[in-house]
Amino acid sequence: MAKVPVQFTLNGSEEAEFIDSGTTLLNALRDKIGDTSPKGGCHQGTCGACSVIIDGELRLSCLTLAETCSGAAITTLSGLSESGVLHPLQRAFLDTFATQCGFCTPGMIIAAKVLLDHTPNPSRDEVVEALSGNICRCTGYEPIIQAVLTAARANSQNAA
Amino acid sequence: MALALQTFPTVKDANAALKAAGTRYLGGGTLVVRAANEGDVSVSGLVRSTEPVLSAIAVSGGMARIGASVTMAAIARHPELGALAKAVRAVGGPAIRNMATIGGNLFAPAPYGDFAVALLALDATVSTDNGELPIETFLAGRNDSRAIVTSVSFTLPKAGTFRFLKVSRVKPKGVSVLSIAAVLEQAADGTISSARIALGCMADRPMRARAAEKALLGKTLDRDGIAPALAAATEGTAPITDPIASAWYRAEVLPVHLGRLLLT
Ligand SMILES: Cc1cc2nc3c(=O)[nH]c(=O)nc-3n(C[C@H](O)[C@H](O)[C@H](O)COP(=O)(O)OP(=O)(O)OC[C@H]3O[C@@H](n4cnc5c(N)ncnc54)[C@H](O)[C@@H]3O)c2cc1C
Ligand code: FES
Ligand code: FES
Repeated sequence: MAKVPVQFTLNGSEEAEFIDSGTTLLNALRDKIGDTSPKGGCHQGTCGACSVIIDGELRLSCLTLAETCSGAAITTLSGLSESGVLHPLQRAFLDTFATQCGFCTPGMIIAAKVLLDHTPNPSRDEVVEALSGNICRCTGYEPIIQAVLTAARANSQNAA
Repeated sequence: MALALQTFPTVKDANAALKAAGTRYLGGGTLVVRAANEGDVSVSGLVRSTEPVLSAIAVSGGMARIGASVTMAAIARHPELGALAKAVRAVGGPAIRNMATIGGNLFAPAPYGDFAVALLALDATVSTDNGELPIETFLAGRNDSRAIVTSVSFTLPKAGTFRFLKVSRVKPKGVSVLSIAAVLEQAADGTISSARIALGCMADRPMRARAAEKALLGKTLDRDGIAPALAAATEGTAPITDPIASAWYRAEVLPVHLGRLLLT
């Protein structure tokens, strides 16, 4: 099958690849580019484990065709920590035991990051709504909600 | 998965490419890419167009025209489409709303198509390069291998006349047990002067509740006034059965939820 070129920014660095037309962004990121932080849970849009940020918006990489992302800026969980220092959301997830098996964690943190980027001090309801497309089979969600609220508080204290 | 995608600058060229067997239009991909991931081999090629009219929202003179590629999230944040916010937010979670298009929602089979239910109550008009169709006619004959929908237009509902309700088992997001949209106008004495009610999941695609609409005319919105409409609510319905609910259950609870919508 004919290969098509795709070019986008991934976590700040330029990526250019030739892929099979119709390849999902999830498969392109994991199998071609080697960023395995987005997880393939369902490939059905249901679990949220494959969540990424495309041009500032939360998207599901399993339902996005890679070639529709040409020219876009993509952020995945791999792009969050800076020179080995965890992002406040990652820190909060560890501190509040919001991650058990960890499979949902990349998607949860990405969805939470989009929320905090737009709403730095969310209410509990806003956190629940923001994570409503992400499934966790382990934690029962409460520790995850607490982690996001904790990270939001930590951010606002740093800003003050 | 082998799905070749072709992108065209104009709707006209994309329409020509859509004629090839096994080819479908790609909106946000939340249904069509999902089907491919699931192993549906009936679709071998996808076509899309980047023509700007597909992503435009125009509101003027009390009318709204929304391009087919506009997402649920874009409708939700549009300042002049606030009346529809509840209906657009009923679709999926935040990531789905950033991807799901209004064009794709028109083709979504039950239990999906919550926003199409709202558009049916609004008596919207669906446009393609071949002309315009009332949404009810469009839905009756919809076929996703035919002409690309370019936009959907409707008269903005007068303040307080549009109501929407979605019943789901998972909060805050979940697939519909059913959804109901209504545009109700009241005369000065409070009686209903015009009613359009649309139902989701009560057939394989959104449908009008004509008998209930008729039964509401001239009535007031109180328990006694709405009783005949509730009694007629399931007339002509053929609800779907799926893992969310059986047809029997949907028919049982429709009058209850219609009552709640009318009395709010
Ligand atoms: C996890 C999940 C949850 C969901 N929850 C909901 C929900 O709560 N409510 C709901 O209503 N839906 C829901 N959906 C279904 C779906 O996301 C929406 O119905 C959405 O609006 C479909 O639009 P799309 O652009 O993604 O469609 P696509 O997948 O791109 O297309 C769907 C079909 O429509 C055709 N099509 C799309 N655009 C056009 C056009 N302009 N002209 C001609 N044909 C076209 C395509 O060829 C295809 O056959 C959900 C889906 C998932 C995966
Ligand atoms: S893998 Fe994309 S939503 Fe589950
Ligand atoms: S920690 Fe296991 S799925 Fe969430």
